Amino acid sequence: MADTILVVAEQREGKLNRASFETIAAAQSIAKETGWQVEVVLPGSSIAALAQELAQKAVARVYALEGASLAAYTSDAYVFALKQFIHEKQPKLVLFPHTYQVRDFAPRLALALDRALISDSVGYKHENGKLLLTRQMFQGKFAADVSFAGDAPWLATFQIGAFRGEQAEAGSASVKNVAAAETTPRVVPHEVFQEAKQAVDLSQAEVIVAVGRGIKEQKNLALAEELAKVLGGEVAASRPICDNGWLPLERQIGSSGQTVAPKLYIALGISGAIQHIVGMKGSRTIVAINKDPEAPIFEIADVGVVGNLFDVVPALTEEIKKARAGA
Amino acid sequence: MKILVCIKQVPQKDVPLKLNEAGTWIREDVSYEVNEPDAYALEEALRQKEKHGGEVVVVTAGPARAQQVLREALAKGADRAIHLEDDKFAHLDSVNTARAIAAAIAGESFDLIVTGLQSDDFGAAQTGVLLAEILGLPHATIIIGIEKTDSGLRLKRELEAGHYQWIEMPSPAVLTIQSGINKLRYASLIGIKQAKNKPLRKVAWAEVEPKLGKNLQQIERLYVPVKQKKTEMVEGPPAEVARKVVEYLKNSARVL
Repeated sequence: MADTILVVAEQREGKLNRASFETIAAAQSIAKETGWQVEVVLPGSSIAALAQELAQKAVARVYALEGASLAAYTSDAYVFALKQFIHEKQPKLVLFPHTYQVRDFAPRLALALDRALISDSVGYKHENGKLLLTRQMFQGKFAADVSFAGDAPWLATFQIGAFRGEQAEAGSASVKNVAAAETTPRVVPHEVFQEAKQAVDLSQAEVIVAVGRGIKEQKNLALAEELAKVLGGEVAASRPICDNGWLPLERQIGSSGQTVAPKLYIALGISGAIQHIVGMKGSRTIVAINKDPEAPIFEIADVGVVGNLFDVVPALTEEIKKARAGA
Repeated sequence: MKILVCIKQVPQKDVPLKLNEAGTWIREDVSYEVNEPDAYALEEALRQKEKHGGEVVVVTAGPARAQQVLREALAKGADRAIHLEDDKFAHLDSVNTARAIAAAIAGESFDLIVTGLQSDDFGAAQTGVLLAEILGLPHATIIIGIEKTDSGLRLKRELEAGHYQWIEMPSPAVLTIQSGINKLRYASLIGIKQAKNKPLRKVAWAEVEPKLGKNLQQIERLYVPVKQKKTEMVEGPPAEVARKVVEYLKNSARVL
């Protein structure tokens, strides 16, 4: 039988995490080069309909790993059930989306299996029969090709957005129900909730002016506000700015904040750590202003300005005013 | 509460990094600082101690230069420090780093172990979780709130896209801390002075080596990432740069 790539899909409260389809797309792509087959496992309770949804993709089989202890996520129950399942199936490769849930249990699962987990990969290479996972290091300043030095099963997670979910090929697979091995979790989870209703929906903004550490002081936010005003846009920020309390959390862009895709995204003094990039890389036009020519934000910018934002931004605001007046 | 804080020294955020000649690692002649999420983990430990009493112990694994982050932590109020000191610690994978730390604290029992949710250099986000598995303790990740209860801990977890969740677990436990959970303090002059006399235990490579395994993942090469987009770099004095950017936004991007 062919070697298997097992995709561990994710659901919460009756909904699939769409990142599961990105991981299926990644697995299908690897399978084409290696000749391995793709299977999917979905842990949870009462998940028949969700397993059927996954079975609409071109995979060999979908396992619904059912257990009462998997109804609400806990690392204890997930590690216990998946350890048993992976141990029995012995896939060559186990792939996960790099979600907050996966970050919580996948390292522990790997060690329980005495195997390695290469986390937060953005791509892969298949060179002379050897599988390499590409991941970012030093906040995106470098990339590394990482290989597995031990025995399979090999475990890896893919960063959100590294593959496109809609590129997962359609097909028709059978669903097999499997009773999960169960344990009593030590962790007691409560309801998932959102803080007070968000007043700003940045996902609807056509123009966003975002600031990062390079803005240096809270009073300098006025520069960004001026620029946003002449463009009719919203001000947003990378995580450190919100951590400092300079802007409310609801204006944070990135993996822990909002995901946006405006027509124009202007990044001021943002280095471009991956946690920020995943929240804005779908923007149509990206302008980055940063004093560090090596800043990773320039990798994804359409227009890059290496310079002092305190000089460039006022000049840019003036120039846009002029352009608007002349238009 | 007796609390262990695992911290790491990483290259400073703003310093330009260069590859070594072999393309396997960075050139190490740069300035370093404490990994930012670890600074928040330390701050949280100090606050918990201030509320509930106890002791804060900081541990790091790395070359001699890493002692600096321990001294800073002692100056901020940690009671003592453990330094797994050897250049070789810098190249362990997450599992072996966790094994080394576990070996160094064998014989001690902590009520709580905290660390940052990930490092700014490797960014694997694994060491804390793996330490919990090695020690057989419950864990939780991406924590932005800690309350001590009679039976253990009540914790606020951050989830994606502005969602949160409260969870409860018994202690002892291992938690990975999210940046922004608190406001960082500065070391006081008196703290810096006192730090010089606080105990710092050094642990040599040979002491923990028997507990380590083979690295199960291997960095084959490190390189500057391939550009995903064609970026138009604009240069010149501010007024000229502004004019060129506006031109691009009008004519090429058509967003003005």
